[in-house]
Amino acid sequence: MSDETKAAIRTFIVENFLFGDESHALPPDLSLIDNDLIDSTGILELVGFLEERFGIQVADADIVPVNLDTIDRIAGFITRKQAV
Amino acid sequence: MCGIAGYHGRNIAPEQAAICLDRMVGALRHRGPDGEGMLIHGDTGLAHTRLSIVGLADGAQPMTTPDDALAVSFNGEIFNYVELRDELVARGHRFRTTSDTEVLLAAYAHKGLDCLADFNGDFAFALDDRRNRRLVLARDRIGVRPLFYTEQDGTLFFASEIGALLALPGMSAEIDPFALDQTFTLWCPIPPRTAFRAIRELPPGHVMIVENGHRTVRPWWQLSFPDRGDIRPDGRFGEQVEELRALLADATRIRLRADVPVGAYLSGGIDSSFIAALAAKTVTRGLRTFSLTFRSREHDESDWQRQMAATLDAEADSVECTTEAIAGHLPETMRHVENPILRTAPVPLHLLSARVRERGMKVVLTGEGADEIFAGYDLFREARVRRFCGRQPESARRPRLFQRLYPYLPGLKQQSPEYLARFFSFGSEALDDPLYSHRPRFRSTAAAKLFFSADLKDAIGDYDAAADLAARLPADFGRWHPLHQAQYLETAFLLPGYILSSQGDRVMMANAVEGRFPFLDHRVVSFAANLSPDAKLRGLREKHILKEAARGLVPDAIVDRAKQPYRAPDSESFAAPHTPAYLDAVLSPERLGQGGLFNVKAVGKLKEKVVKGQVSGFRDNAAFIGILSTELLRHAETTPSSQLLSSTGIS
Repeated sequence: MSDETKAAIRTFIVENFLFGDESHALPPDLSLIDNDLIDSTGILELVGFLEERFGIQVADADIVPVNLDTIDRIAGFITRKQAV
Repeated sequence: MCGIAGYHGRNIAPEQAAICLDRMVGALRHRGPDGEGMLIHGDTGLAHTRLSIVGLADGAQPMTTPDDALAVSFNGEIFNYVELRDELVARGHRFRTTSDTEVLLAAYAHKGLDCLADFNGDFAFALDDRRNRRLVLARDRIGVRPLFYTEQDGTLFFASEIGALLALPGMSAEIDPFALDQTFTLWCPIPPRTAFRAIRELPPGHVMIVENGHRTVRPWWQLSFPDRGDIRPDGRFGEQVEELRALLADATRIRLRADVPVGAYLSGGIDSSFIAALAAKTVTRGLRTFSLTFRSREHDESDWQRQMAATLDAEADSVECTTEAIAGHLPETMRHVENPILRTAPVPLHLLSARVRERGMKVVLTGEGADEIFAGYDLFREARVRRFCGRQPESARRPRLFQRLYPYLPGLKQQSPEYLARFFSFGSEALDDPLYSHRPRFRSTAAAKLFFSADLKDAIGDYDAAADLAARLPADFGRWHPLHQAQYLETAFLLPGYILSSQGDRVMMANAVEGRFPFLDHRVVSFAANLSPDAKLRGLREKHILKEAARGLVPDAIVDRAKQPYRAPDSESFAAPHTPAYLDAVLSPERLGQGGLFNVKAVGKLKEKVVKGQVSGFRDNAAFIGILSTELLRHAETTPSSQLLSSTGIS
């Protein structure tokens, strides 16, 4: 997984869920749910972004915290999907 | 039903006192367009703006007793004044008028403050007990009628609305950072705090007694539930259904007492339908009903409203509430609501009361209160499901129940059990947390504080609004059943703090319309509190006993329909091409910067997203309406106040 991927995810989160607030540290292992950065509609926005930006298909069964709850996990998920 | 105001203190000069009363009356004229009165005696001034409903010809206020020992400025109704009057007459009291205000004076003269327990009504009053050199301010049990106060140079000022106090010379309309934090977590401030730093609220069910310069505020009534161990299984459910029906019939009957016609709000749900059906049995000249309709299917209930109106053969009137109307009227609504709001729901209700008034009516019955006292809200079912899931956190099936709870939330449909578990945070929270039922709501609301400015965050520091609320719960709260704990939080806190004020008194009285709430008759409230939890929430079936009591009076289709919470279009009302012209000005970086409350850059991006119609989540909707309403409030309250100051030169 590349730093570029993580940076793109981070930018999306900052723009869409933090409304451009760069002051948030947002470490790559920070839980997006537990820190109230993302809600049930936010997850779907995130999925839409991943599909468009990284050219992957996200199945319903993929939408689980183990795949999508931190920047690290999202990046790992993208790598696995792209390898298929 | 009216507006009241006044002062108490020695430090105020007579000419200044008259100016103050005059300003407060001016700010309360919308509550009482039928008459005005002022009375200054010794250290106390009372003022009143009257909406005449009972005792049209002889109910002018402030009213004094013939011996001048007592004077009162009274807002609201004592619905059982007829029975109280008969009792007092039997004891030899002679009445000069037909008004309930005189009954209040006579009852106080006879019993002192113990008279409050005899009152079945919605009221706020200021009573000058001259013989005992005592001022009494009192508010009804549930908090239907408002009462606020402030102190200036040792003088106590009080009024039905905050705007009347902010109209006083030298008052500052500064927003209280902690109140803002409370609203952006709990949906309303914790009384006595209000949105404004200098203003306090007399909490529901409380009295303030001012005597010899000392001020005491104490409760005269408190909502209570039986201890968990004392709840007996309901072996006589059938009898309880009958009892409830009789109680509600009587609560409705005495709320039809008026010397003007009484109408009814009809939402299409069971609560207002039941009340309208009970009223229709008493009203002889045909009931008039008033409803809101929306263009979007997810908000509209007009099919149900038509069905119920046809059942009652009522003269049905409705207001179609467009998204443009919501966006357009929000500023005017905020002039009356006087606290930031997180959803636009008060706006349509403001428009509806305008229609009632246009039709020449002053009084409406509503179904408000049933969801609190009979456990109708989704939150009660949600808490039960969370406890159910929390007992088996690994279960993949149990979390699917959340989708059944919220079929109208599209965002939940596609969620996996793992995400549902995380969103509703079961398993991670202590089951004995007193705020267990409300944690997900408080948490998702507080997420909107993301938009607070760095300065506001500094001012708030590590203050925790939810912990503050938990610290103020009654001593026996921990012994109650979890459903009763959740009901207490809704009924004692959110009902007066938001539903009865922002969606009730303030938007109705903005158009001089009095709302009456049979479900909030204290006999009904007490009956409901003492029912077993299972009589109210049976499995996931909400308002179980109420549904059974309504059957036969309300069509089964309405009794058994899925609950549709009252909601109005929120941020979507502000999307292009119908974005209101004022939005850019109110949320301009300059104005936001002056206010210092919100993060200018983040709000700019949020506004952009709203205008593009891209905001759909709870947090961002709540944040947008919360920020916009706060800024409108700042604007509404600071503008007239500063103009007054400059025009009089008083500071």
